Amino acid sequence: MNQTPSDKQCCKETEDRRSFQVRLSMFLSGVIGALIVLPGVGFVLAPIFKKTKQKWRTLGRVDDYQEGATVLVSFEDPSPEKWAGVTAKTAAWLRRVDKEKFIAFSINCRHLGCPVRWVEGPELFMCPCHGGVYYKDGTVAGGPPPEPLDRYQVRVRDGNVEIHTAAVPLTTTLTFDES
Amino acid sequence: MKKRRLKAAWDWFDDRIGFSECMMPYIAHTVPRDARWWYVFGSATLTAFIVQVATGICLAMAYVPGGDEAYESLRYITEEAQFGSLVRGMHAYGASAMVTLVVIHLMQVYLHATYKYPRELNWMTGVVLFFVVLGMAFTGQLLRWDANGVWSVFVATEMASRTPYIGPMISHFLLGGETVGGSTLTRFFAYHVFIMPGIIFAGVGLHLFLLFRHGVSEMPDPNQPVDPATYKEQYEKRLKETGVPFWPNAMWRDVVFSTLVVGIIVGCAAIFGPPALDASPDPASIHADPMPDWYFWWYFAVLSLLPPSYELWFILGVPIFGFLVLFCLPLFSNKGHRAPSKRPWAVGIIVAALASFVVLTIYGYREPWSPDFGVEELPTNVIGAEEGPVFEGGKLVHSKGCMYCHDINGYGGHRGPDLSNIGQQLTREDLIIRINNGGYNMPSFASSLNSEELSKIVDFLMTRIEDKGGSSKN
Repeated sequence: MNQTPSDKQCCKETEDRRSFQVRLSMFLSGVIGALIVLPGVGFVLAPIFKKTKQKWRTLGRVDDYQEGATVLVSFEDPSPEKWAGVTAKTAAWLRRVDKEKFIAFSINCRHLGCPVRWVEGPELFMCPCHGGVYYKDGTVAGGPPPEPLDRYQVRVRDGNVEIHTAAVPLTTTLTFDES
Repeated sequence: MKKRRLKAAWDWFDDRIGFSECMMPYIAHTVPRDARWWYVFGSATLTAFIVQVATGICLAMAYVPGGDEAYESLRYITEEAQFGSLVRGMHAYGASAMVTLVVIHLMQVYLHATYKYPRELNWMTGVVLFFVVLGMAFTGQLLRWDANGVWSVFVATEMASRTPYIGPMISHFLLGGETVGGSTLTRFFAYHVFIMPGIIFAGVGLHLFLLFRHGVSEMPDPNQPVDPATYKEQYEKRLKETGVPFWPNAMWRDVVFSTLVVGIIVGCAAIFGPPALDASPDPASIHADPMPDWYFWWYFAVLSLLPPSYELWFILGVPIFGFLVLFCLPLFSNKGHRAPSKRPWAVGIIVAALASFVVLTIYGYREPWSPDFGVEELPTNVIGAEEGPVFEGGKLVHSKGCMYCHDINGYGGHRGPDLSNIGQQLTREDLIIRINNGGYNMPSFASSLNSEELSKIVDFLMTRIEDKGGSSKN
């Protein structure tokens, strides 16, 4: 064929331009993708980093609780969403040890989080899921739980028993947290 | 006349859209003659998925993913809405069907080693789809948002939190915060309704594309091991000689089996109705007995039976390691024999897996490791006394919780040893020591029993001697 040098020039140019177009399009597609996705990723991951400010919640009058008894109490989460309904509530087992002292146990079994039940006769907390059992002070009496029941902070103010809300107790393995 | 017009209209449409030109070659592509009933499970899984999409869209028209409203809207769907119970039932039985069929499909493909060259990616996309289907099953039972649903979230969160270092972050991501609340259900709703179905649609598309690209595999033949160098050529040659068009020669079996599947789904939904809703989702109501749907009972059992020191490996290992092993399988073994007769290990693995599944599922259902909270009191004739310490001891073993875990003459739980013959097995002193101090998995009762109560319980237990021809309720 009778290709002139200028023809070749043109085609080489086109090839250069084409590879530039490919790179530009790939790059801009990446930009479009990032612009669309990143705000959403931030939105979805935000709860991980949000630190909830925990609050003291009043449970009831001190005199409502018998010494030596363990009863179920429930209280509202620190910042419940308006649409949360009943899921805004959390429960705890409140034990009045003596005149002054209260202990509030988390109802979540330390094995896999199922709700433990207080059984009056043998004075044990028992879990219906995998058979975890705890003594009245929350220490493990049997079954798979690796740790004692978690406790909430409790205090008595103006004749009222108050509980400090907390995150769901998570049983962890290795953590960044040294404690 | 009318017929001719219709034909003209179809021809116009077909010419423009290209059905005969582009689609028919796929639908009527040649498949091996021996691809018979063994091959119907994949298409049946897809049919079950279509049932799920159709019924799921209907349910989404009435379901409200909100704290209180979810439960109330489900009660409305189940109890009041026209056809609501049927549609919810179809969605529930469709889920069971889909999980069952995807597992059977996976086992069949594994048994016939269809994952070998050139169908490695068919298998790998299938494994991803399998895990997403399990994810759909789990999030689906959770969306019922009854007590069971709420506690399923806690269990998922606790399992995730065992991941080293980033566990708590994953948990808070799942919960949408630090506790179960208004932001929890909406997130699971989005996974179940948008994200995972999206992955399934894309995955099924790719899976089917690969099926057409590499063709339907032949039944395994011990004389035809896979050799990547020659496989494609030989496959094409054999297919040319003996193959049949997929539509309708092979596909009619898929259609018959899928009809059966849909018939069973609709039939079960109409006859048995959807699964009953548990108590309301109040996290402060602790009288919940969280239990996964049947397809996860085996795992529920594993988590109870394991020694705690192995637990971490199972909680994290089963999903992650299980996925990796399945996913990478064709990368390690992509040639050689396909016939089960030449692959005894594969047959053994399938048999062992099925046997473990059945045994663990039965265990998971019976939960013998769980204290039996609803245990009945011993009747007087079983106690064998109407007054005195033995009688009172017989009452105390119930009220002090012994019977939650111990069986006595056919009454009581199964967590601990049967006490029906304990009077012959242990001495009085041994019993006192045992009850006071506890032992392997048994709590110590020293602080919750006074000496009088203890002595009565031991008096009663010493009378527990099995007479060989005795009458016990079982």
